[in-house]
Amino acid sequence: MSSSKASAAAHQLEHSDGHGSGHENETYLNNGYGWKSWLFTVDHKRIAILYLISISFFFAIGGAFATMMRLELATPTGDVLQSDTYNKLFTMHGVVMIFFFLVPSIPAVLGNFLVPIMIGAKDLAFPKINLLSWYIYMVGGIATLAVALTGGIDTGWTFYTPYSSAYANTYVAAMTVGVFITGFSSILTGLNFIVTIHKMRAPGLTWFRLPLFIWAQYATSLIMVLATPVIATTIFLVGLERIFHIGIFDPTLGGDPVLFQHLFWFYSHPAVYIMILPGMGVVSEIIACFTRKRVFGYSFIAFSSLAIAVLGFLVWGHHMFVAGQSAYAGIVFSVISMMVAVPSAVKVFNWTATLFKGTIELTTPMLYALNFIGLFTIGGLTGLFLAIMATDVHLTDTYFVVAHFHYVMVGGMLMAYLGGLHFWWPKMFGRMYPEFAAKFSAVVVFVGFNLTFFPQFLLGYMGMPRRYHTYPPEYQVLNILSSAGASILAIGYIIPAIYMVWSLKWGKKVGANPWDAKGLEWTIQSPPTTHNFDSIPVVTEEAYAYGEEDSTHQHGQKEVSVVR
Amino acid sequence: MWKDFPLLPDSASTMAPQVDMVWWFLVALSVVMTVLIFATVIAFVAYFRKKNDGRVATQIEGSTQLEVLWSALPFVILMGLFFWGTAVYVQTQRPPENVMDMYVVGKQWMWKIQHPTGQREINEMHIPVGQAIRLTMTSEDVIHSYYIPAFRTKKDAVPGRYTMQWFEATKVGDYHLFCAEYCGTKHSQMIGTVHVMEKDAYQRWLSGVVATDTPEAAGQKLFEGMRCASCHPVDPAKPTIDGVAARGPLLAGIYGKEVVLKDGGKVVVNDEYIRESVVRPLAKVVAGFEPVMPTYDGQLSEEQIIQIAAYIKSLKDSGAKQ
Repeated sequence: MSSSKASAAAHQLEHSDGHGSGHENETYLNNGYGWKSWLFTVDHKRIAILYLISISFFFAIGGAFATMMRLELATPTGDVLQSDTYNKLFTMHGVVMIFFFLVPSIPAVLGNFLVPIMIGAKDLAFPKINLLSWYIYMVGGIATLAVALTGGIDTGWTFYTPYSSAYANTYVAAMTVGVFITGFSSILTGLNFIVTIHKMRAPGLTWFRLPLFIWAQYATSLIMVLATPVIATTIFLVGLERIFHIGIFDPTLGGDPVLFQHLFWFYSHPAVYIMILPGMGVVSEIIACFTRKRVFGYSFIAFSSLAIAVLGFLVWGHHMFVAGQSAYAGIVFSVISMMVAVPSAVKVFNWTATLFKGTIELTTPMLYALNFIGLFTIGGLTGLFLAIMATDVHLTDTYFVVAHFHYVMVGGMLMAYLGGLHFWWPKMFGRMYPEFAAKFSAVVVFVGFNLTFFPQFLLGYMGMPRRYHTYPPEYQVLNILSSAGASILAIGYIIPAIYMVWSLKWGKKVGANPWDAKGLEWTIQSPPTTHNFDSIPVVTEEAYAYGEEDSTHQHGQKEVSVVR
Repeated sequence: MWKDFPLLPDSASTMAPQVDMVWWFLVALSVVMTVLIFATVIAFVAYFRKKNDGRVATQIEGSTQLEVLWSALPFVILMGLFFWGTAVYVQTQRPPENVMDMYVVGKQWMWKIQHPTGQREINEMHIPVGQAIRLTMTSEDVIHSYYIPAFRTKKDAVPGRYTMQWFEATKVGDYHLFCAEYCGTKHSQMIGTVHVMEKDAYQRWLSGVVATDTPEAAGQKLFEGMRCASCHPVDPAKPTIDGVAARGPLLAGIYGKEVVLKDGGKVVVNDEYIRESVVRPLAKVVAGFEPVMPTYDGQLSEEQIIQIAAYIKSLKDSGAKQ
């Protein structure tokens, strides 16, 4: 395995560093022990670890909800759960996975850890605000879990009015408080990243030398700061209506229920890009490293992130083609939704082109990156079915939609997150995960994922509505396939959870750059010191300067050797 | 469980084949693109896999020509698809002239359906084949969505407003009717059956079901019972009430016309405006009249308001309904 060779080389590097004479290096991990050193830390890397632990916890809970749902759906009748319980499960699954896993996952874990290091800074611009964002996240998360344990909520994660504001007999107000609070965590993280990326780049690190991961984080942060206040306001209004009966969305109080949908999707569609753009950044890093190449069309990929962020704000109405919005509004939303597919397609083509004439190593992160390309392609193409009004009328609110967004969210974002976690794991903890188990689980995840969600496309075309506790018997075969896939997928998640924890103690120690990768994060020791850099680095080369010495890259096919 | 395992939905309306054309084109496009991407990735990985042969990666910055090509080409294809899909969709918004009106009211967790001839059903809808049918829909509580997969049509039933969908069945048979918008505990049991029948069979079915009043007749009874006529004249020959100028506008022939409002604005008199005038009478007062009408919110059910609208719609210029 190439990684063992790389890590052996890295070992030498570590010894030749001159630090290791008997005692351990000082790292951010051993700089202080005890719970206070973690809970009151302002080190972006320790905060990233706090986030890693918390979101893994929420992911496990969200996954448990999904497991129970798939178990119930194995038969057409409701024989495991009551309807109310089932409705609470899919609501809690959505709320937990979206607000407490997908939205924070890559930005708050990998972004927190890597943004300062990748731009040559000692920390984020506002370290204390960064810690505050984690506390806010936890308060929101615990409030949400408290609601789940004490009775739950059954509105769907979309909280549609007037059901949520006037009819649901569950703890809607308490839950909206949880989600409301968590929104501020996103806003603070986004704000921190924007300021940091603008003001704290190392000398020589111009915008077009930034890693694409940073571009993606930047675009994501813009959306977080601009869109999250809208959902906070909207949820606040639902709370006001529910508690004080102020008529905003409920027609019996003179409100407009469709107004809620406009406000909700004005945040929640851009939120889809909050969830996918960081993943695209991760994939760019991984592919560049394991092809030993610059990413094909760097500036196209960078600008397509921004194009997606901007256009993403103008497509919310495609969730409402059958909701009673005007047909003309629908037509405008349809055409802009089709346009947003173009920058996404460009990214897929560019990543594929990057493979061309590379020296490709199928490491675990690379397997996840390739998973991402394949599944995101399917997720993106099936999005067209929902952006085109003729087909959307039939498919909206069916399992087709469920399958589509799981291909994007799980097939896209989760694959990128797992890929990124494996890729930077040796940097974060100084130890390598076991390669064979990791590759095996990457394959298991791919198989399990497709078996779970592909049948749902067919179910949707057949007409099975989403959020159905019971269903007509002719849909059973496809549902059984989906439930079987879910059990395989669960194994694919459990294996990494075990070996990642195992590797913290028993994983092979690695040096600064086990992958022989480019980028500032690989120039410092693993795990990094608290202050990342002993002296501020000066950047003189482009991003992904693989195969350089002469840094004059030109268009064309100049053959240069890779420095190993 | 293996019996009755179809992989394609029934296709039983005039819209279904058109929607399916777009669907199958998209499926073909998706399969081609997916196979292309997968095959390219696999081929590149296989061919350019790192081996110990000393080969090094060839650095390629990018290619503006290629990138413009693979931005522009998808753009053109996507715009073509957009126009096609929109053209099909526009038809779903425009029912033909000879359309038959039916009324649907959703409530947790049932569908209430009224035929133009006065028959009522719950969670069952009997309709004749080959006849365009327009549903005027609303909800008594939360948002529901009236979805008939075999017809490829769906529209939300939204409280506080009317929505419309129309379809023309092409194949006799029984089809699923689903609520597609999550509406609470028994959302998945808010289902029913659409029975598409030959026209004469539909007539026989109609005559076998006890018909209540037609919507217009029921509306007229309500109109008189609620004493609407003490302010609103319905006969152009008698525009005053007991010799005094009427306090409300003359309703004969008003449906479909544009009226000028007190604040100078204009509004077309349709079901939506009539509903609003019953529930919130002071929202849009017609010019020349005082804002004196009391609200009937809570006194009339959604079905009754629909009947009143149907009655007003039936009032022609030439006089009250014959």
